[in-house]
Amino acid sequence: MKYVDEFRNRRLIDKVAGEIRRAADPKRTYNIMEVCGTHTMSIFRFGLRSLLPENIRLISGPGCPVCVTPNEYIDKAIAIANMKNVIVATFGDMLKVPGSYSSLEKEKAKTADIRIVYSSLDALDLAKKHPNKEVVFLGIGFETTAPTVAQSVIIAGKSAVENYSVLCGHKTMPEVMEALVKDGPSAGSGPVLSKAAHGMSAASKDGSIKVDAFLLPGHVSAIIGLKPYGFLSKIYKKRCVVSGFEPLDIMQAILMIIRQARPEVEIQYKRIIEKNGNPLAKKSIKNVFEKCPSVWRGIGCVKNSGLKIRKSYGAFDAELRFKPRIKKTRDNTRCFCGYILKGLKTPYDCPSFARGCTPENPIGACMVSSEGTCAAYYKYGKDTLKPR
Amino acid sequence: MCLAVPMKIVEVNGDEGFVGSSGLKRKANFSLIKDPKIGEYVLLHAGFAIERVKEKEALKTLKILRDI
Repeated sequence: MKYVDEFRNRRLIDKVAGEIRRAADPKRTYNIMEVCGTHTMSIFRFGLRSLLPENIRLISGPGCPVCVTPNEYIDKAIAIANMKNVIVATFGDMLKVPGSYSSLEKEKAKTADIRIVYSSLDALDLAKKHPNKEVVFLGIGFETTAPTVAQSVIIAGKSAVENYSVLCGHKTMPEVMEALVKDGPSAGSGPVLSKAAHGMSAASKDGSIKVDAFLLPGHVSAIIGLKPYGFLSKIYKKRCVVSGFEPLDIMQAILMIIRQARPEVEIQYKRIIEKNGNPLAKKSIKNVFEKCPSVWRGIGCVKNSGLKIRKSYGAFDAELRFKPRIKKTRDNTRCFCGYILKGLKTPYDCPSFARGCTPENPIGACMVSSEGTCAAYYKYGKDTLKPR
Repeated sequence: MCLAVPMKIVEVNGDEGFVGSSGLKRKANFSLIKDPKIGEYVLLHAGFAIERVKEKEALKTLKILRDI
């Protein structure tokens, strides 16, 4: 496949790996957080950790939208799915995510009409095909996905599809990254890492997060550009590189991080990224959504890190249309998702990982999503990798 | 979730059309990019072309890597 195969060239990957070993200062440790779940999967799939020297540590971050969707959202989606005459349309990854009391998959097995779609436009087509039903699309995802959902709302408005709405759970990356670098373990209103929970992790003894650099999410950046990350290098002195998702992209981005003379935000993924992002997509987000506080699973509420549907598009807001009532939410205390999403722990530190929590029977969302950190560790590392 | 795949535009009808790769043909919406043209490569995410793939930059990146 063009623009994919060239960036999986084994000889070039080895060459870059050699250069990384030469360029890295052996006297220091590089803690690099890959923010995006798609990066996490790629790093595991292509075995990139094994090509890096011991002092370069890759830490998975909060960039899997399914993983950070809180119980409250799932509970509301289930409440709507169980209403009469409703079809809930969702990306497949959401089905198994445990809510407080059930999951969409379990409700689907009972009586709820829940359909898996590939695009918000498929959900819009469902609404056109079933004019006597209400079709609710579960709008989750970061800035990559938000404009596609915004477009579905704009198209629904223009073509007067009145039985389509979105349960909006979109989130934005720069704000949660700021919460992580600024507040470390106490980022958001979620659980703070207890002393007893310390062990092998990216957290230092005082509990503060120790991330020196970020592999920035390529496809989020394709939409928002570089400017929103400026604070990471200017204020917090973090080295940042926007990276593509093929193995050569990631290896080159790591080399660029190591070679940075002073902290700055650079682009490795130049074949896609424009410095200012995609203006049409940014405009679409701005037209349909406005910023709001948002709850991240395990992290808690982070100011301005969510998107909600503007009043002018209120007719397409499923929350307003259905006013779902839910019981008090509850979290599973055996799950370390919150620490893992903050980069403070790895799945190996979680007492439930592979012992009760598996992709078939997940306790936490990080084990559910195909891009979840626990799912990646389970699929590629549960037998062969040693904790690092 | 943020997975996006480079695919070639094979048909354009206003904001809609088709993209293809490795024998696969897929419906695509082009409302998030300006002036889509047949033969161009775009990044497809959740049914939408979210950005163009710039061949010149891809070749430059590969040259830098070969020259390391």
